[in-house]
Amino acid sequence: MSALARPEVDEPLLSVRDLHKAFVRRGGLLTPPVRIAAVNGVAFDLPAAKTLALVGESGSGKSTTARLVLRLLAADRGTVLFGGTDWMALGLHELNARRREMGVVFQDPATSLDPRQSIADIVGEPLVIHRLGSRVERRERVVRLLAAVGLPASALGRKPHEFSGGQRQRIAIARALATEPRLVVLDEPVSSLDVSVRAQVLNLLLDLQRDTPSRPAYLFIGHDLSVVRWIADRTAVMYLGRIVEEAPTDALFTSPRHPYTALLLASQPRRHPGDAAAPLRAPGEPPSPASPPPGCPFHPRCPSARPVCSEEVPKLLPHAAAEGRSVACHAPLGS
Amino acid sequence: MSALPVPADSPLLSVRALTIAVPGPTGEQAAVVDGISFDVAPGEIVALVGESGCGKSLTGLALLDLVPPPVRIASGEVFFEGRDVRSLPPLEKEKVRGGGIGLVFQEPGSALDPVRTVGSELVGVLRRHRGLSRSEAKAEAVRWLGRVALPDPARQMDAFPHAMSGGMRQRAMLALALAGGPRLLVADEPTTALDVTIQAQILQLLLELRRELSLAILLVTHDLGVVAEAADRALVMYAGEIVESASVGDLFDRPAHPYTRGLLASRPAAGEAGRGRRLTALAGTVPEPGLRPRGCAFEPRCPEAFGRCRAARPTLLPAGGSSESACFLVDAPTEPRR
Repeated sequence: MSALARPEVDEPLLSVRDLHKAFVRRGGLLTPPVRIAAVNGVAFDLPAAKTLALVGESGSGKSTTARLVLRLLAADRGTVLFGGTDWMALGLHELNARRREMGVVFQDPATSLDPRQSIADIVGEPLVIHRLGSRVERRERVVRLLAAVGLPASALGRKPHEFSGGQRQRIAIARALATEPRLVVLDEPVSSLDVSVRAQVLNLLLDLQRDTPSRPAYLFIGHDLSVVRWIADRTAVMYLGRIVEEAPTDALFTSPRHPYTALLLASQPRRHPGDAAAPLRAPGEPPSPASPPPGCPFHPRCPSARPVCSEEVPKLLPHAAAEGRSVACHAPLGS
Repeated sequence: MSALPVPADSPLLSVRALTIAVPGPTGEQAAVVDGISFDVAPGEIVALVGESGCGKSLTGLALLDLVPPPVRIASGEVFFEGRDVRSLPPLEKEKVRGGGIGLVFQEPGSALDPVRTVGSELVGVLRRHRGLSRSEAKAEAVRWLGRVALPDPARQMDAFPHAMSGGMRQRAMLALALAGGPRLLVADEPTTALDVTIQAQILQLLLELRRELSLAILLVTHDLGVVAEAADRALVMYAGEIVESASVGDLFDRPAHPYTRGLLASRPAAGEAGRGRRLTALAGTVPEPGLRPRGCAFEPRCPEAFGRCRAARPTLLPAGGSSESACFLVDAPTEPRR
């Protein structure tokens, strides 16, 4: 079924299956500890040199998923195949040796860059850690990386606080690309940037994916749907720890099949005051991940919920009437 | 409540030549807001839109004379219902805060008292500004929590802010800001910390409250989508100045200032055609206060700048329709460009 759905893909660069992570919130004097299923059976594929976006609201598990893939957090269970390697089975020593194959850029460059390090050290550190090149070669590479992200060589000796937010994010991107990773995790990389600077950084990400010899794939975590639509080849929508829909980005945006995707799209502010008001407004808020409802996690807010939805968790399955798309819904739209 | 009736055609709020200064690194004063003037009519939603550091939030606080030291209002006047807010005696000023002008922030968690229940705060506001008895105030407080669509309002009276979601806290904060019966609400990034589905609900609620209460709203935001969704009129700020003022329709249909055009053009296009195409980005970054150029503050980034822009600072001039633009192109469109 899935082979039929995606004939062009032979072997994805990143293949995630059945990924689970629960956190335990410590109890208080009178409250028992609570188990929160932050990531609950997530599965997706990301082909080489392509971009997959994970979108969803806070608590949906999108950032946790990214951290599990990076092994910044230990998964409870699940498999991650990365370039054919069982990534979760790597011992710590081997993992550290291979971390150079994945880069990461976080949302806030003000906190993700060490304020005491010079820009040369920040960008060059991954090269030192992985013992790549001689001192002179490393220096040359750092200068080339800075040029690639649009910063002059005069930035080398300066500290992060001497740069604007947009420039700091360029520095973080240069660092993430230093070891020529095949995968870069971008966790809300433009969310803390002002509108006029955001476009510069988005253009940079696009250029780097096209022009860097290693042609990195991007796992893009975002909540701004206009940005996701612009950058991602495929998009996976998460709700309460699960992927509820996964599809080619254009198809997902033009004809959402999951009612939550439809709600998310309709909740976006209008681009132009003359545009028609979005027709769909769902009531309520996402339930707490600590006490998810039985059955489909979206059913309490879903306009098309039926009895089965409160009893059975729907599986993420290929959509019967839409090729190349998966949806986790008992009554998907457009069937 | 005690304010004199205002003639129907006079603005509710009138800001004149407001300048807000911060001490620079060497002690000299730098203007973060530089002589701005604008009006808000009763019942009108005016967006004050701009990027971080443009001075929009400080402008909102200045309306209530709440600019935090060492930042200070260096000059200018804020007239609310015809009276200069800053020269009011302390007791009268307190009445304006909450009774005349309400205020909500981006992060309602930091504005709500963490050790008081939402109900007790609300009862306090109602007694202070509306002179209600304790039991009247309690009944009115429950009504307000229902009005902002908090589920089970009677039970929420006893809730502490930390037990509420971000969306619920923002609703509680709206109830607190509006219970004193203000005619103007200053809403500073009221939906920025919220998820998109909750943001849509809160914007919807603001529009309903405006209609019901004939409330004017100064909507401070960086988000052009929020402007399109909720505002009647927009004031675009750049580096401490208002560079464009227009109805929201005119602003999006025919932006007059090159900065506004740049902001609108830098948004990813809607639809399939836009994907993977380079965006039209504005070059450079916003200048720091105190380091702004002598001429137009936008000149170093402006693709349309010409000689005059470096020499002098443009002021707001009529630019057709409802628009005013602080740009020399408005009256000199034929001069040779860069």
